[in-house]
Amino acid sequence: MSLNRRTFLQMSALLSGGLALNLYDLPVAVAQSGRPAPPDISPRAFVHIASDGTITIMAKNPEIGQGVKTMLPMIIADELDVAWSTVHVQQAELDESLYGAQFAGGSMATPLNWDPLRRVGAACRQVLITAAAKRWNVPESECTTSLNKVLHGTSKRSLSYGELAADAAKLTPPPLASVKLKDPKDYHIIGKSHTGVDTRSISTGKPLFGIDFTTPGMLQAVIQKCPVFGGKVKSFNQAEIEKLPGVRHVLVLAGSLSTDPVVSSDPGMEPGIAIVADTWWQAQSARSKLKVDWDFGPGVTQSSEAIAKRAAELFQAPPANTIHATGNVDAALHSAAKTVEATYTYPFIAHATLEPMDTTASWKDGKIEIWTTSQAPGNGRKMVAKELNISPDDITIHLTRTGGGFGRRLANEYMVEAAYLTKQVGAPVKILWSREDDFTHDDYRPGGFHAFKAGLDAHGKLTAWRQHFITYGVDAHYASGAGMGGNEFPSGRIADYGLYSTAMPLYLRTGPLRAPGSNTLAFVGQSFLDEVAHAAGRDPVEFQLELLRSTDGKPNRLHDVLAKVAERSNWAKRSTTPGRGMGIACYASHLGFFAEVADVTVDAKNQIKVNHVWVVGDIGRQVINPAAADNMVYGSIVDGLSQMAQEITLDQGRVQQTNFPDHPVLHMRQTPVIDSYFLITDNPPTGLGEPALPPILPAVANAVFAATGKRIRTLPLARSGFSFA
Amino acid sequence: MPPQKLTINNTVHTVDADPDTPLLWILRDILDLKGTKYGCGVGYCGACTILIAGEPARACQTLLSDVGTDPVTTIEGLSTDGTHPVQVAWQEVDVPQCGYCQAGQIMAATALLASNPHPTDADIDAHMSSNICRCGTYTRIREAIHHAAASTSTK
Ligand code: FES
Ligand code: FES
Repeated sequence: MSLNRRTFLQMSALLSGGLALNLYDLPVAVAQSGRPAPPDISPRAFVHIASDGTITIMAKNPEIGQGVKTMLPMIIADELDVAWSTVHVQQAELDESLYGAQFAGGSMATPLNWDPLRRVGAACRQVLITAAAKRWNVPESECTTSLNKVLHGTSKRSLSYGELAADAAKLTPPPLASVKLKDPKDYHIIGKSHTGVDTRSISTGKPLFGIDFTTPGMLQAVIQKCPVFGGKVKSFNQAEIEKLPGVRHVLVLAGSLSTDPVVSSDPGMEPGIAIVADTWWQAQSARSKLKVDWDFGPGVTQSSEAIAKRAAELFQAPPANTIHATGNVDAALHSAAKTVEATYTYPFIAHATLEPMDTTASWKDGKIEIWTTSQAPGNGRKMVAKELNISPDDITIHLTRTGGGFGRRLANEYMVEAAYLTKQVGAPVKILWSREDDFTHDDYRPGGFHAFKAGLDAHGKLTAWRQHFITYGVDAHYASGAGMGGNEFPSGRIADYGLYSTAMPLYLRTGPLRAPGSNTLAFVGQSFLDEVAHAAGRDPVEFQLELLRSTDGKPNRLHDVLAKVAERSNWAKRSTTPGRGMGIACYASHLGFFAEVADVTVDAKNQIKVNHVWVVGDIGRQVINPAAADNMVYGSIVDGLSQMAQEITLDQGRVQQTNFPDHPVLHMRQTPVIDSYFLITDNPPTGLGEPALPPILPAVANAVFAATGKRIRTLPLARSGFSFA
Repeated sequence: MPPQKLTINNTVHTVDADPDTPLLWILRDILDLKGTKYGCGVGYCGACTILIAGEPARACQTLLSDVGTDPVTTIEGLSTDGTHPVQVAWQEVDVPQCGYCQAGQIMAATALLASNPHPTDADIDAHMSSNICRCGTYTRIREAIHHAAASTSTK
């Protein structure tokens, strides 16, 4: 357990914006933790074999669309040596003492589970061999397995796993560290495409999701929160609301927000008015009749315009913090043959999972049972225990399938809301946020501002890089998702480098959104690098390959994916027709290394059509479920493109975008042809939830420059005068 | 308002609810047909797409009082065992990521194929662009629609 917990804690710190580590540093951090020691998890908890031969494998982590409910059991099944068609996958409850860390975040399912779950499968297989050897009274070394059977070679006997199940159940599995793992060439499940275990149920509309859960006597609730974050209820027409059809309870939530020194991504329950009714529509209809007098609190003075104005002022002042500096960047810029300067900006955006926040909770005799869509249910359990002042042991948490996470469900306040309400009203309660609640009370991906200055020598070689990041927080205590680490490229690649920050206060929830940090830092860094390459009169690929070239003889993974994507996209022979262009970018995040090329057409009205995208990724030596991996790549590209057009703005503390039409997701007709390719390298397998996303934003922006000569330095596209066709 | 009769997936149900209730919430919370999903509630996302008299409709924008005697088909009405050609295609291509939008996508695709059994990519894009997939499975949705078109034409 120790490694899992420790790494999980590091991840949590990272995801919640503690940012002890730069996201870019994560590969190093994991490498430093040494070879993954098999954690203290019980193999038996994962595998159940019935006497009729049915194999049940538990899926430990929350399934949010990233495919872990299929992929993690595949790993076990292969080492267990069973036919995948005989496997029934079951979603595990939250029990981290049995299963190890159970969360969906940071693209960590593969790196954290690849080794332990193979060992779980192998240990269970070993127990079956031991049981068979005993039955036959032969040495274990003479026994082998083949698809749900133990075989004794010399006597040609065989016993099915089902026949051995009862005996095997009496044996103690061997220590995970001791088991022998398969030679990868013998994999028969890993590395082959397998359909999602829930795909059939999804296609027939089975009730799989949190929103679908129901239990007898269940009431449904909505919570009206203040339009300004953290605002409190002064008074409202309670008597009137209580009389509306179906309404059972109307409660004022005082909330339990903690906001020092900055607002965290999951600060607890926001104040508001809960309406609990027989059906959700009744609760939602009653809400529309509310007349509330709010105490808006400190957030009401905030606006996007004022924030942008303040950032412009801060750029004129010396930076408050040094994140990382080497050499003497100012002197190097002074003596450079040529300098390039630009300022980049990106907005706050929302997660907007298609299934809004929801959870059902049922309080009975001092204990609580919860059915939730959380990505980090272990943290949720702690929050519920604290809010209700009960022991975590009195909380049972079931994980439902989840209609999208993207980091939003690393926060658990909706779980706390459901738990609080069921205890208050004494009946099971489903809390379901409306889409408008979801947009206006998100933990937003924070916006940011970057001023760059780079120096080139007479040969067009990069010699100096200065970057001033204006962000949110208090001193060097950044708002969640609003920090950056010192290893940001080209740090370490040039002698004279300076990365500085200045934080301004913010009274709003921010948090991690898919590829946190990276989804903005790739855009600004890789776009500016493209500018510098053009200023140097050099090809952007050749310019960046030179910077990335390995100096220690070991392959540089980012260099290699960049070279590969240039080759696959036929970069060297790209067309130079006006109005059409190709752009390239690369980025390493969440242990994955990705390079992408976009081919775009831009019309006279500055409408961008993304025609084709080439993706080359290095996620190590094994792609576990290839078809699902491609699907994650497609999704990352669509998500990244969507991000380019999205924006959340504040006016008098109120979020102005309330539904999808104001904050669009890419449509099918806007989706390019996507070529997904994995470069296999001799490195441990890593995850795909995130790393394919960051490079697409700068690749498209750079392509637009190639097509039009115009730089997109401000997102969303509309603020640079562009849109998607 | 007296209880209303609704024909859903060839079964007649009698529903006693406020006539202004969107059909989406009648399906989900009264009739326990949870396949049809809530995404935006404003007719934009398509997660609640159903067929009314064979035409695609937004259940979140259709009031109970508007349905009348027209037959309603939801995802559960295509087949419960996943054997409808569009459902089969969705499984063969393994379209879903989170899966939340997919009932709406499948219903929209079913309507498209009913009126245009052999759609081109452009036809598919035009028809399907009013259903959003937050996870970005469009590439696979397009592929699955072609699959379904091919499988029905060979039957
Ligand atoms: S929920 Fe009906 S269109 Fe979005
Ligand atoms: S599969 Fe998640 S919204 Fe479409």
